Amino acid sequence: MRRWLAAPASETQVSHGQRLWLYAFAAIVMVFLVAPTLIVVPMSFSGSQYLEFPPQEWSTRWYREYFGSAEWMAATRTSLAAATLTMLVATPLGVMAAYGLHASQLRWGRAVFVLLITPMMVPLILVAIGAFYVYVKLQILYTLAGLVLAHSMLALPLVLIVTASGLKSYDMNQEMAARSLGASRARAFLTVTLPQIRFSVVTAALLSFLTSFDEVVVAMFISGGDNSTLTRNMFNALRDQIDPTIASISTIMIVVTSLLMVLAQLFGRDRSRAD
Amino acid sequence: MAAEAIAGAFAPGDAAANAAGLRRDAARERLALFGLCSPAIVVVLIVLVIPAGWLFYVSFIGAGGAFSLENYARMIEQKSYARIFRTTFEVSLATTAICILIGYPFAYFLSQLPRRAANLCLITVLLPFWTSLLVRTYAWLVLLQKQGLVNSWAIELGLWDEPLKFVHNLSGTLIGMVHIMLPFLVLPALSSMKAIERDYMRAAASMGAGPVRAFWTVFFPLSLPGLFAGALMVFVLCLGFYVTPAVLGGGKVILVSMRIASNIELFVNWGAASALGVVLMVLTLATLWLAARFIRLERLTGAH
Repeated sequence: MRRWLAAPASETQVSHGQRLWLYAFAAIVMVFLVAPTLIVVPMSFSGSQYLEFPPQEWSTRWYREYFGSAEWMAATRTSLAAATLTMLVATPLGVMAAYGLHASQLRWGRAVFVLLITPMMVPLILVAIGAFYVYVKLQILYTLAGLVLAHSMLALPLVLIVTASGLKSYDMNQEMAARSLGASRARAFLTVTLPQIRFSVVTAALLSFLTSFDEVVVAMFISGGDNSTLTRNMFNALRDQIDPTIASISTIMIVVTSLLMVLAQLFGRDRSRAD
Repeated sequence: MAAEAIAGAFAPGDAAANAAGLRRDAARERLALFGLCSPAIVVVLIVLVIPAGWLFYVSFIGAGGAFSLENYARMIEQKSYARIFRTTFEVSLATTAICILIGYPFAYFLSQLPRRAANLCLITVLLPFWTSLLVRTYAWLVLLQKQGLVNSWAIELGLWDEPLKFVHNLSGTLIGMVHIMLPFLVLPALSSMKAIERDYMRAAASMGAGPVRAFWTVFFPLSLPGLFAGALMVFVLCLGFYVTPAVLGGGKVILVSMRIASNIELFVNWGAASALGVVLMVLTLATLWLAARFIRLERLTGAH
């Protein structure tokens, strides 16, 4: 231990001992980042009305409340459907756009790229009220299709950026080779290019799923009635009082997110092995 | 088409015509490829550009239905609007500053670790980054409330005697916002730190610079672009932030985004909401534009 403290920790010969303050600081930051989210998990198994940690008595009461409520279940179904459809819409549209921009190399490609990533920059509340107005005119307010359309727009920048960075490290000459051997452009893309950028595409798809599933502000305005999303109902419940049912829903969402993260990580590792 | 072009290439004298044909084909193909972007463009037009244009138009329509600047005049006349803009600006600035103070040293720590340890510690940044914003906001609401964990543990440890009020005020809002925004600062800062050659620090040390001097004159300036990009991201996101301040602020901290929402939800006043929206959008774009100039200057001076 003493030897480790005295050992140099950087190129400038600062020892680990001199850096202890940095390590302590970093440990506090890591606790700050992770603890609040994780502490919800044991709390959701508390038996009492007030969320306690550690819970005095363990129970699955709030999970039964959640799974037993027709309203929460309907909202969960809406959210899952919207997220799945958003993934299925945004991923192909984003990949097509990324490929088109990458392969055409047009002068105004840059402008189109900026246009397609603006949804990331515009405050969500403005997207929400704008979409609300247009949807009233188009009569698609409170429909699943409208929700998927808006969420797909929000997910497009992520798909575009992730796919574009995948394409950047891909050698387009391979596609040329396939085409010189007689494959059509579409066939060359599907059989040569796509398999090689598939990890970017899978990451993009997961991100677009999460974008829709976690989205609150836009859903607050354009989802409702039978098609109200899980996050919309959670947000409304939060504004009124601290409902322990939300702890159980939060726990489920944390588990789902972590699973998706592990999935993405596994694919990411595969890529480094393939290279 | 391509076969004809190749066959034609062997006929002498037609080279110029062939070249023109090939150029035409190439242009046509580029256009077709470019067409692949059109569905995405249509989606952005319908859900973003057209509504934004309409909001801009409505902001100039008065209560009487004719062109008027009353929606903007109201923002200048009424004191409450000035206060909302000031609060938004101050909260965004404070969040950005705290994120820099916490995030920069933390990113530095991550950049100095061996790769495997760094990846492990990076999970603590990515996990919250991927977790729903609403879930994290809820967690803070639970932790910071009067009978919450923070208060009960602090009282048990003797840090303070009475439960302190952390939620439904500014401090709760800031804690929550910093927690949400921190990854947006750490990730770009870290990537620019990782790109710094370690030999530079070694060179500085071998020339006699102490660790502190080597850090401030070599490492810090090179890490600035990432820090700046992260800080910009945090600031811009804060300007339009809605969910976390609405829940943790409990109506005590009113930002522009909340005023826009209440103008629609409670008062159904599209003129007022859209004028606020236009100002918010202009502020966001102005920040990005100013920053883009600054970053470019930064790069120019950094490169030479």
